[in-house]
Amino acid sequence: MRKIQLRVNGETIAREVPDQRLLVDFLRYDLGLTGTKEGCSVGVCGACTVLLDGQPVSSCLALVAMAEGCEVTTIEGLAQGDRLHPLQQAFIEYGGFQCGICTPGQIMASKALLDANPHPTRDQIREWMMGNLCRCTGYYKIIESIQAAAEGKTGS
Amino acid sequence: MNPFTYTEPATIDEAIATLSRYGEEAKLIAGGTGLINLMKQRLVNPGYLVGLRRLSELTKISFDRGLRIGALCTHRTLETSALVREHAPLLAEAARQVATIRIRTMATIGGAVAHADPNQDLPPALIALDARVKLRSPRGEREVPIDSFFTGYYETLIQPDEIVTELAIASAPPASGHAFLKFLPQTADDYATVGVAAMVTIDRGRIADVRVALGAAASTPLRATVVESALRGQEPTARRLAEAAALVADIVDPIADFRGSAEYKRDMAVVFVRRALAQAVTRAQAGGRGV
Repeated sequence: MRKIQLRVNGETIAREVPDQRLLVDFLRYDLGLTGTKEGCSVGVCGACTVLLDGQPVSSCLALVAMAEGCEVTTIEGLAQGDRLHPLQQAFIEYGGFQCGICTPGQIMASKALLDANPHPTRDQIREWMMGNLCRCTGYYKIIESIQAAAEGKTGS
Repeated sequence: MNPFTYTEPATIDEAIATLSRYGEEAKLIAGGTGLINLMKQRLVNPGYLVGLRRLSELTKISFDRGLRIGALCTHRTLETSALVREHAPLLAEAARQVATIRIRTMATIGGAVAHADPNQDLPPALIALDARVKLRSPRGEREVPIDSFFTGYYETLIQPDEIVTELAIASAPPASGHAFLKFLPQTADDYATVGVAAMVTIDRGRIADVRVALGAAASTPLRATVVESALRGQEPTARRLAEAAALVADIVDPIADFRGSAEYKRDMAVVFVRRALAQAVTRAQAGGRGV
């Protein structure tokens, strides 16, 4: 066991965890933040994407011990009170999800994209989002949602 | 995963001391994208995991005649670094074709060579660039040419108490061109069916130097010296390139899987070596001095 301290969605968290605790399990089981999903468990599907110091990572491949002292942002950290993040609003308005299991990862990955590049081209969106699999939408609606959020076309 | 003790040394010496103390029981972890997967499958079960992320001195990239890349530089850094793009564009191009941005943000160059997965992209690129691997242990430092570094399937020359600190790449001559081609019939983030890295230097219309290396073609990343010797001193005609590329069929030893049969992969190795050579020659001629 080890004591760790990190910030999750702006809040300082201190916990005692086994050394082998994965970040995804820490978020889901220790903190109850079940918005982050675990899909493939090998870093391919993107469902468990969270931001570690602003960078997108697969939380299924990261030890929480390796996030000690870092800032972790999950899907639960995006809305401000009742006001959804523009990406969340866009995914609703533009049909960016159906079953929803990949959505938290899609939105965290696209948040990292828009933080790095606020006005991406369609090709840049496609390249960036390549690591987030979706079996419902066929991706077109996800790309449209991200474009809409980038262009401020939400909340109509 | 089996339980283990995680430690996070603040200096390289401290990391080496931990390795010396625990020997084969200890494993180094950088990005974790390779090792955590092996540990989840219980193929590797270290008692001690030594986290490297505090060793910020290993994240530097510098250029002074040659390029020196700290072992903890991520693939994403290689892909976007102005120094790497200028002095080793082959490496930037190979890094950009690895997995996805999310994985490239985590996975490091030191990890890529230490992991020694023969299907990965950076090892053949580094072989084509004639890179040297810098290692440190309680006995001091040593540099190993990368084409003798990989000894078997997921095996290298690294001793249990050694750490990869840096990759060194000499400057390419001006009239040289590169290519990195990855055959991906399934998905864009898959392992290659075959991957080829090539560097060609042209002098007075002839191939002065050439290096070709393959990924996903054998139990280690594979340098195609037979192709190289067939081309050195020759004019880079399409026919010569095709004849030399055909020689790679005798040295590859691919595994049949859902990406293709061994026979198919052997054929594709020939095709992709030929295409990589052609692209590298074209680039060398375009950048050309003494052509």
